[in-house]
Amino acid sequence: MSLKDRLTELRQKGLTDIQQSGDLKDVNQIRVSLLGKKGPITEVLRGMRDLDASERPKVGAFANEVRDDLTNALTKRREELENAVLNARLAKEALDVTLPGTPVAKGEPHVIQQIIDQIEDLFLGMGYQVLSGPEVEEDKYNFEMMNLPKNHPARDMQDTFYITKEILMRTQTSPMQARTLEKHDFSQGPLKMISPGVVYRRDTDDPTHSHQFHQVEGLVIDKHITMADLKGTLQVLAHELFGDKFDVRLRPSYFPFTEPSVEADITCFNCGGKGCNVCKNTGWIEVLGAGMVHPNVLKMAGVDPDVYGGFAFGVGPDRFAMLKYGVDDIRNFYLNDVRFLTQFTKKG
Amino acid sequence: MKISYNWIKEYLDLDVSAVDLAEKIERTSVEVDSVVKPSDGLKKIVVGHVLSVKAHPDSDHLHICEIDVGDDEPSQIVCGAPNIAEGQNVIVALPGSRIADNVKIKRSKMRGVESDGMVCALQEIGFPEEVVPKAYVDGIYVLPADAQPGSPVFDILGMNDSLIDLDVTPNRGDMLSLNGTLRDLAAIYDRPVTLDTPHVTEAGEAIDSQLSLHVDDSLSPQYRMRLVRDIKLAPSPMWLQVHLWNAGLRPINNVVDITNYIMLKYGQPLHAFDYDKFSGQDVYVRTAKAGETLTTLDENDHELDPTDIVIADSQAPIALAGVMGGLSTAISDQTVTVAIEAAVFEHDHIRKAAQRHHLHTDASQRFERGVNQAGVQDALDAAAQMLNDLAAGTVQTGTAVGSNHQPEAAVIPLTLTHVNAVLGTDLTMDQVSHILETLGFTVKVAGDDLTVTVPIRRNDIHIPADLLEEIARIYGYDNLPVTLPTGRMTQGRLTPAQRLMRATRKSLEGLGLNQAISYALTTEDKAQMFLTHPDSQLTKLAWPMSVDHAVLRMNMVTGLLDDIAYNTARKVKDVALYEQGRVFYRQEGQDRPAEEEHIAGAITGQLVPAAWNQPAQDVDFYQLKGIVAAYLQDMAVKGDVTYEPNTEMPEMHPGRTADILIHGHKIGFMGQVHPTIAKRFKIGATYVFDLNLQAIIDMPKQENQYDVISRYPAITRDIAMLVADDVTNEQVVALIERRGGAYLQSVKLFDVYDGVKVPKGKKSLAYTLTYQDKHATLVDDAVTQAFEKVTKRLQDELDAEIR
Repeated sequence: MSLKDRLTELRQKGLTDIQQSGDLKDVNQIRVSLLGKKGPITEVLRGMRDLDASERPKVGAFANEVRDDLTNALTKRREELENAVLNARLAKEALDVTLPGTPVAKGEPHVIQQIIDQIEDLFLGMGYQVLSGPEVEEDKYNFEMMNLPKNHPARDMQDTFYITKEILMRTQTSPMQARTLEKHDFSQGPLKMISPGVVYRRDTDDPTHSHQFHQVEGLVIDKHITMADLKGTLQVLAHELFGDKFDVRLRPSYFPFTEPSVEADITCFNCGGKGCNVCKNTGWIEVLGAGMVHPNVLKMAGVDPDVYGGFAFGVGPDRFAMLKYGVDDIRNFYLNDVRFLTQFTKKG
Repeated sequence: MKISYNWIKEYLDLDVSAVDLAEKIERTSVEVDSVVKPSDGLKKIVVGHVLSVKAHPDSDHLHICEIDVGDDEPSQIVCGAPNIAEGQNVIVALPGSRIADNVKIKRSKMRGVESDGMVCALQEIGFPEEVVPKAYVDGIYVLPADAQPGSPVFDILGMNDSLIDLDVTPNRGDMLSLNGTLRDLAAIYDRPVTLDTPHVTEAGEAIDSQLSLHVDDSLSPQYRMRLVRDIKLAPSPMWLQVHLWNAGLRPINNVVDITNYIMLKYGQPLHAFDYDKFSGQDVYVRTAKAGETLTTLDENDHELDPTDIVIADSQAPIALAGVMGGLSTAISDQTVTVAIEAAVFEHDHIRKAAQRHHLHTDASQRFERGVNQAGVQDALDAAAQMLNDLAAGTVQTGTAVGSNHQPEAAVIPLTLTHVNAVLGTDLTMDQVSHILETLGFTVKVAGDDLTVTVPIRRNDIHIPADLLEEIARIYGYDNLPVTLPTGRMTQGRLTPAQRLMRATRKSLEGLGLNQAISYALTTEDKAQMFLTHPDSQLTKLAWPMSVDHAVLRMNMVTGLLDDIAYNTARKVKDVALYEQGRVFYRQEGQDRPAEEEHIAGAITGQLVPAAWNQPAQDVDFYQLKGIVAAYLQDMAVKGDVTYEPNTEMPEMHPGRTADILIHGHKIGFMGQVHPTIAKRFKIGATYVFDLNLQAIIDMPKQENQYDVISRYPAITRDIAMLVADDVTNEQVVALIERRGGAYLQSVKLFDVYDGVKVPKGKKSLAYTLTYQDKHATLVDDAVTQAFEKVTKRLQDELDAEIR
């Protein structure tokens, strides 16, 4: 048998053995027995000494070829077997992906906070400052400087928790109008501010009344502010909170600190304006009060009403939340049932 | 005020439905609460003529009646009303009819006798009891004799009219009358309107010889009376009664009804006195004297206040002016001479009197807002003439006038430029002056200037801004352009404090707490718990609504405990809450408390819910401490945060409470609520913290900075030691840090053990110390040396036994 035939035979047998090997141990054994220092290929190569010088390169090249083939076959087989082992293990590790994920501790912002933040962000983007004032106010700022002198009949509209004759729980965030107007330096630019906060009224708590609730006051004072600007601003607010499809309409109303005074309605979110139970068939829902700042308010705060003017509005985040989510009892906001607090999880 | 659609249409030519009219009023004048047609939802209710009434054989109160309901045969109807009688015209609900509250009437048997329907009281067809004439409150209603059997009752009773309920704002007193509403509608619809002008037929003697008035004109700028003699007191005609009950007023008799009718029409409250019951001919308008009392028409006794305005005769008060008349001079069946009063009273006095005596009447409501001071005589004349027409009275000659101050009409300058500048419109002078004129204002135009004279009845219009509102609402708010403010730019940004408050909320939410908003008003008891300012005084409401919300909180914790109690009572056991808000500390001698921003939290049950792959873990001190520590790390206040045991807070567990200090300044506390307090709130084991957020805001902050992550490896060494029980972790860590050498990067506690394998009085603590040289590879020897040094120090200084 020539060396070449011997090599051919070795290759054939080797490849067959490799193919039939059952595990990595077998593969290793075959590698050692075929390609090791004492293996048949080494032996064949050793026999090359007896060959013609002219034959040697040819046989040598063929021997290398055989060795490479066997090496490749071994590598390939090893990978096959390794994959099989891995796959078997992975198959065993399979999970029920429908089992619930491990719970994590997760807290939610209060729904009223979410609405206040949304309003703040909207107005910050339009160049407003956010200001907060005292919850225990002076009668002077809560009423008198808002054009509600003592004995003004409209004080009845806001039944008040007094602490002393002159000190009270603020019934509105409007006193921040007076406090800010007093301080603002108009040479530095117009006054554009909102003031969110807690307010208090002497009410018995029931599904639609709460002795504590929230308000966001808005105020813009400059030289050329119009009622059309107020209408546009309220429309932007309605679009932000409820959606672009909502319209705003103004109705006459009465607040001592604005003249003209309006109440703003938005399209009923429930029926889209066709008329339903929620909007008492009007297609509109009252959401806020607003108006052009009364000259007396400006005058009392030391601002010249012949030069400056502007608008103010007051919105109720509690009412907005009730409307937007159909919350049927305002007390839900202050009793903090976890099952209520964790309903408003949508971010962004 | 409820105003009748049909009444409006008598004066104003409108081709709009009641609903559309109401919508227009709401968008242009005042809010509309409702539009109600009383007959809506009712059917088959007709006039029945009672032919005979027999007693029911098996009942002591039922009657069997034969009633003509317009059919060929009379109907047999069983009726229990005590006042049913032969010959009456009554309200019959036929079989298949629908009466109030959607009740269906069927043919039925009553104690064995067939009944083909039901004879109705007014209440049963939807009338509120307070408007039903007294004679018919406890029985069926009797219709006028000329009513046609079988015809529907709705027209007779005014139930096909639509009633528009106006919610009149305090400034629009003029809208509390038909005339005022008509004037506004005339402007809104740009139609002419002609109001009635009263003419009075006088006879008899001059009034001056019969009555003299003595009026303090600072209390009553206008005070007038007319005298009408030989009155025939009777029920009012049907049309008048309908007007009253549709406006929500009960018909009483022709005299009283006329005064109420005039009030509805003119907005001027009137009062009718029985002149013959006056003591003498002198009538005084004055403030009440000390000790005087008055029994009002509603038979309630009032002790009068020296600021109450009274009408008095020579003996005693006979009416609480502008609020309610007195019983002693009330119109009665015997009345033949009536003195009618038409006046203007100072609104402040009236408002206070109404409040003081809890008498909010239709009259006081109008006087508080101000009546039409130019229309007092008209209203008085109209009433006198009606007493002549409907009660056969003789109007005595002349009017007694006690005071007569006519206010001056307001004259307001305005420019067209200003109108358009404020409204954002492009109105022309013609448009503006036309709107003002349709409202009844007199307008003089010169170039850009307008001079507007306001009618007396519009006592809400004083300044140009008031005129702007009139122009804007009549022009229509819908027609205003929609723009945004322009002008100098301003920057909108949160202050550092506001940013920190937002970061606080985000941080705590990320750490698993839900934001709560609790009541700031609480009980005296709760306000004073968990105090961190022990010398703070309570701030109490002068007139609280309930003891539960009577004083301002001085801590944030009790509100959260109330929330947990609410959840616990509803079987919600796992509660994790935080609240950001203010506490109110008042110093002795001050009225007004200081408001301090606080941040607090409370957890009970399990913070992370147990699950199929996660065992239940009840909240504990260290879990809450982890939250507080992570939060304070987020706030990046400069200085070390330390926790010192506090055994003194009465509401807290004495062994599980820590004061929290930053750089040595106490900013709050945390720990377990004392079990007796938890029991009082009816809650389980609860851990809380309460921090002075204002202090955190005010403290200097550590800015974020980049620290190069060393390429050189770190070396760690573990050390376990036995120390005495009273040695704290803080002591150990402080010592290691102080004596750890230059390369010590961190000390981490990884085990605490005080179980059976540890001698009594000792505990085992184990730490991992990490060493690193940021600029070179650390040599093992250097670490060993440093470690040994620390070990020795621990042995020497803390008597640690290294294990």
